[in-house]
Amino acid sequence: MTTVDAQTGINKVGLSRADYKGLPSTLCQGCGHNAISNQIIAAMYELDVIPEKIVKFSGIGCSSKSPAYFLNRSFSFNGLHGRMPSMALGTLFADMTLKGIGVSGDGDTASIGLGQFKHLIRRNLPMVYIVENNGVYGLTKGQFSATAEKGLTLKHEGTNLFLPVDICLEALASNATFVARSFAGDPKQVKELIKAAISHRGVAVLDIISPCVTFNNKDDTIHSYVFGKEHEVRLHDLIFTPARDMLTIEDFAEGDTRDVELYDGSMITLHKLGTDYDPRDRQAAFKVLEEARVKRELLTGLIYVNPDEPSIFDLYKFPEKPFNRMTEQEIRPPSETIRMVNEWMFSA
Amino acid sequence: MSQHQPDMISTSTPERQPVVNDFSITFCTVNGSGSATSNLTVLRAIFKMGIPVSGKNIFPSNIQGLPTWYSIRVNKDGFTARVEKDDIIVAMNPATFIQDLDYVVPGGMVLYSDDIKLTPTRSDLTYYPMPVKQLIRSIDITPQLRDFVSNMIYVGVLAWLIGIDMEAIRAALEYHFKGRAKPVETNLAAIRVAYDWAAANLQENHTYRLQPMKATEGMILSDGNTAAALGAIYGGVQFVAWYPITPGSSLPEALIEYLPELRMNKETGEQNYMIVQAEDEIAAIGMLVGAGWGGLRAMTATAGPGLSLMTEYLGLAYFAEVPLVVWDVQRVGPSTGLPTRTAQGDLTGVYFMGHGDTNFIQLFPGNMNECFEFGWKAFDIAERLQMPVVVLSDLDLGMNQWMGQPFEYPDRPMDRGKVLWEGDLDLFEAKTGKKWGRYLDVDGDGIPYRTLPGNLNPRSAYFTRGTGHDEYARYSEDPEVWERNILRLAKKIQTAKSYMPGPVIQRMEQAQAGIIAVGSTDAAVQEARLKLADRGIKTDYMRIRGWPFTQEVDEFVRTHERIYVVEINRDGQLRQILMINYPEQASHFRKVARVNGLPLSARWIIDEILSQEEK
Ligand SMILES: Cc1ncc(C[n+]2csc(CCOP(=O)(O)OP(=O)(O)O)c2C)c(N)n1
Ligand code: SF4
Ligand SMILES: [Mg+2]
Repeated sequence: MTTVDAQTGINKVGLSRADYKGLPSTLCQGCGHNAISNQIIAAMYELDVIPEKIVKFSGIGCSSKSPAYFLNRSFSFNGLHGRMPSMALGTLFADMTLKGIGVSGDGDTASIGLGQFKHLIRRNLPMVYIVENNGVYGLTKGQFSATAEKGLTLKHEGTNLFLPVDICLEALASNATFVARSFAGDPKQVKELIKAAISHRGVAVLDIISPCVTFNNKDDTIHSYVFGKEHEVRLHDLIFTPARDMLTIEDFAEGDTRDVELYDGSMITLHKLGTDYDPRDRQAAFKVLEEARVKRELLTGLIYVNPDEPSIFDLYKFPEKPFNRMTEQEIRPPSETIRMVNEWMFSA
Repeated sequence: MSQHQPDMISTSTPERQPVVNDFSITFCTVNGSGSATSNLTVLRAIFKMGIPVSGKNIFPSNIQGLPTWYSIRVNKDGFTARVEKDDIIVAMNPATFIQDLDYVVPGGMVLYSDDIKLTPTRSDLTYYPMPVKQLIRSIDITPQLRDFVSNMIYVGVLAWLIGIDMEAIRAALEYHFKGRAKPVETNLAAIRVAYDWAAANLQENHTYRLQPMKATEGMILSDGNTAAALGAIYGGVQFVAWYPITPGSSLPEALIEYLPELRMNKETGEQNYMIVQAEDEIAAIGMLVGAGWGGLRAMTATAGPGLSLMTEYLGLAYFAEVPLVVWDVQRVGPSTGLPTRTAQGDLTGVYFMGHGDTNFIQLFPGNMNECFEFGWKAFDIAERLQMPVVVLSDLDLGMNQWMGQPFEYPDRPMDRGKVLWEGDLDLFEAKTGKKWGRYLDVDGDGIPYRTLPGNLNPRSAYFTRGTGHDEYARYSEDPEVWERNILRLAKKIQTAKSYMPGPVIQRMEQAQAGIIAVGSTDAAVQEARLKLADRGIKTDYMRIRGWPFTQEVDEFVRTHERIYVVEINRDGQLRQILMINYPEQASHFRKVARVNGLPLSARWIIDEILSQEEK
C-alpha cells in the first residue's frame, strides 16, 4: 500500500524517489548490501517519511558504509567498529522526534559489538537495527565472522570449526521487541519488514542475509592479483571482482520453502513463516528458530513482535521540546538557586 | 584483661603549653563499620566552630573488614595538605593498633576502644581507653542500632578532650541526617553519654585544644566531585552516561542526586536531562559522542581504566569534531593499581591519548571551587572548539571534603559555539558567499560551523565519519585534503588558548626558583613555599590550569631558570609534557615527583626541594 501519486511519482510529503537516494554505491557490484539500501529507499519513499526526521547510524564494515548510499537528506554518523548502538542512543536523546536507522554487519554486531547490540535491545531504543549478514568480514577481506557456518572454508582462513552466533536468537534472548530475518535477494520481503520495523515503537532487529559476492565463496572463483610481485603479501592484495547481477529470487508464498543457489554454488534453504504463525508468541519464536537451525534452513519473516513494550523514551517524563533546541534559560538554573545550593554545602 | 592501668592516663605527659588549633587527628577504623558518619561529624563540627580544617580518607578497595584511616587536620593558618604525623589517634582497629602508634608525635594522645587488649609499645604517649561497649549499652536504643551508634562514643570523648562545641556537633548531625530528628537525637545521646563519662573519669590534659575562630565564616565544605557535578548542572548538562569506578562514581552520583532538584519541572515532573548507567566505559563514551554530535551538553566521569577503554571513541570525537566532557578522577595506576588511592598519573596518558595526531583540551582543577567552575566552563570550551575536553581531577580532590568560598554563579552566558539551525544556513551563505560545509573554516580560527540532527533544512544534513573527509564532509583519501584538514585541526589548538583558564601565579620578591604544579597538590605546595621561604628559599609558583598552555605559562617558563615541577607520579609526567612543549627551556625543569598512594605532604616537597637546592 503506497500513497505515491502514480503520475507524478510524488509521495504524500511532496518528495520523489530521488529525494531518498544516497550517493552512488562504492560497494562491489552485486553485493547484497546494495539491495538492502535500495529497499530502505523504497520503504521510506512509500511510507512518506520526511528524510530529515531520520538519523542514520553505522559501525565499521562494508555494510556500515552503506548509509552513504541512501537518504542523503538525513544526518548520518559512521562511527566505530561494533559501537554504533551507544552512539545512536546518545543522538536520539538530542531530539526524541527523530527515528534511527542503524546499519551494521555480522562482524560489527555479532563479534566486536555483541555487548552493545544486546544492551541496545535491553534499552529498547526506538530505532531500526539492520544487520547485513554475510558470514564474513567483507571490508578486511574475507575473514570469518561469528555468524559463519561451521565447516565453511575461506580462501585465506581455512575452515571454521565453530558454531555460528544466531543474531535473531541473541536478540530474542535480550528481550527484543521486534525480531525479523530476511534475505537481501527477496526485495519485497525486505521492504515490507523495513516498513514494519520503522513503525515499531522500540528497537526493531532485522537480520538480513546479504551475500558477499567477493569473499564468502568456497571454491576460489575469485581471483586475486598480487600487486607488483609474484609472492603473496596479503595486505596489498588487489581483489578482482567480476561484475554480477544482484541475486534475486522470485517472490514466493508465505509458509513455503525455497532452495536458493548462492554465488559460490552452495545452497541455502529459505523458509517463509506461514500466515498461521503468531509472531507475538515468544516461546514459539524460540521454537521455530531452533527447528530451523536443526533443519539448516534460514527462517525468514517477522519472527517476534511485542508492540506494547515501552521504549526507553516512555520510561521517563520528558518535555516535548527537543533537548538540542533548549535555550540557556531552560537548562541553566536561575541565579537565585545558587544560594540554596551553597546552603546544601554545609555553609558555616 | 586490660594491659593499661588507669593510672597511666595523663601521667606520661609533663605539663606543657596547649597546642591550639594546630594539630591532626587520625581515626583508625575498620571499613564497613560506619565510622564515616562520626568522622565527618567531627570535621564538620570543627568547621562550624570557625576553625580551618581538612579531612582525608585513606581507605581500602574493599567493602568490609579492612583498615581505614580518616585524618583530620586542624590548622589555624588554613593549611589543608596532608601531614605525615598524627597528634591524636583514635584507635578502633586492633589489627593496626601497634602500627598506628608509630605515627603519633611524642606526647601525642591515643584514644582507643578498651576491648583492644594489646600492650602499647610507646610510653611517651597518653592513652585513653574508652569503654565503648559498656557506654553504648547504657543508651536506650535497639541492639541493631548499637553498632551504628557506637562510633559516636569516640566523638564524645574527643569532644571533651579537645573541646569540640556540642552545638556545632548538633549542627553537623542535623546536616548529615538532613534534619531528621530521630537519628540526630540517637547519635547525640551517645555522644553526650561519652562526653559525660570522659568528664567524670578522665583527667584534664589540655595538650590539644580547639578554640573557636571566625576563619571559616561564609565558607562551604564540599568534595570536588559534588562541586563538579553542581558546576556541570549550572553548565546546563543534558546528557550523562557513566560506568561505576572509584573515584569517578561519586560525580555522576551527585548528578543523580542534584539534577532532579535543580533541573526537573516541579509541576510536570518533566526532566530536561538524561542519565544512563552504561554497560561499560566504551558505551558510556559512545553515548556521549552521539549526544554531543546531536547538540547536547554531554559528560561522563571515570578513572584510568575507564579512560583507557574510552580512548578509541575519544579519538573519533576529536577527528569528527564532537564536543563532550570527560572527568578523569585519577587514582593510582598502572592497571587496577590502587583503586582507592590518589595520584596524578594520567597526565601523559591523556596528553598522548589516541592513535594518529590527536589532541585533547585538558583542564586541571586545583581545588573544590575550580571543580565547580570547570564543571560549567568545560562545556563552553568543548562546544566553542567542537572538541572533547578532559578534566583531570584526582581522588584526593574529588572524594575528600574541602573548605572553600561559596560556589559562584557562572559569570557569563553560555557559549554554545557555532551552530546553524534551519534559517541560519541561508544567512551563512549570504554572509560568507560560500556554500556551507561542515568542515569549512570560514572564520580562519580552524573552527567550522555545525548543524544538528533534527534540523529540517534539507541542506543541513551531512555524513559524519572517522575516515578522511573534505570541507563538505565528503569521503576523501586525497593527500592534500587530508593534510589541510589535519592542519586545520591543529589550528583549533592555537585558537583554544584564548578560551583556556590561565595559570594562577604567585610570586615572592627575589625568588630564586620557580615551582610548577597542577591540581590538588596546590595545598601542599602553598604550605611548602611559605616554610621554604622561612628557610631562605624564595619561590615563584605557577599552578597551571589547562592545556594548551597559555602565554602566561610560556612567560613563566622562559623567565625561571630553575623550576621544580611537583606532581604525584613516578616519571614526572607534567615535567615531561613541559619539556615537550618548551624544548628550548627543557633544562629548566626539575623533577619533584613521587607516588605512593597518598597526597603529597608539604614536608616531603620541602625536603625534596631543599636537597636539590643544596646540590
Ligand atoms: C577496533 C577495530 N578493529 C578492527 C577493525 C577492522 N575492521 C574493519 S571492518 C571489519 C569487519 C567488518 O565485518 P562486518 O561487520 O561483517 O561487515 P562487512 O564488511 O562484512 O559488511 C573489521 C574487523 C576496525 N575498523 N576497528
Ligand atoms: S567485499 Fe563483500 S561485503 Fe564488501 S562490498 Fe564486496 S561483496 Fe559486499
Ligand atoms: Mg560481514
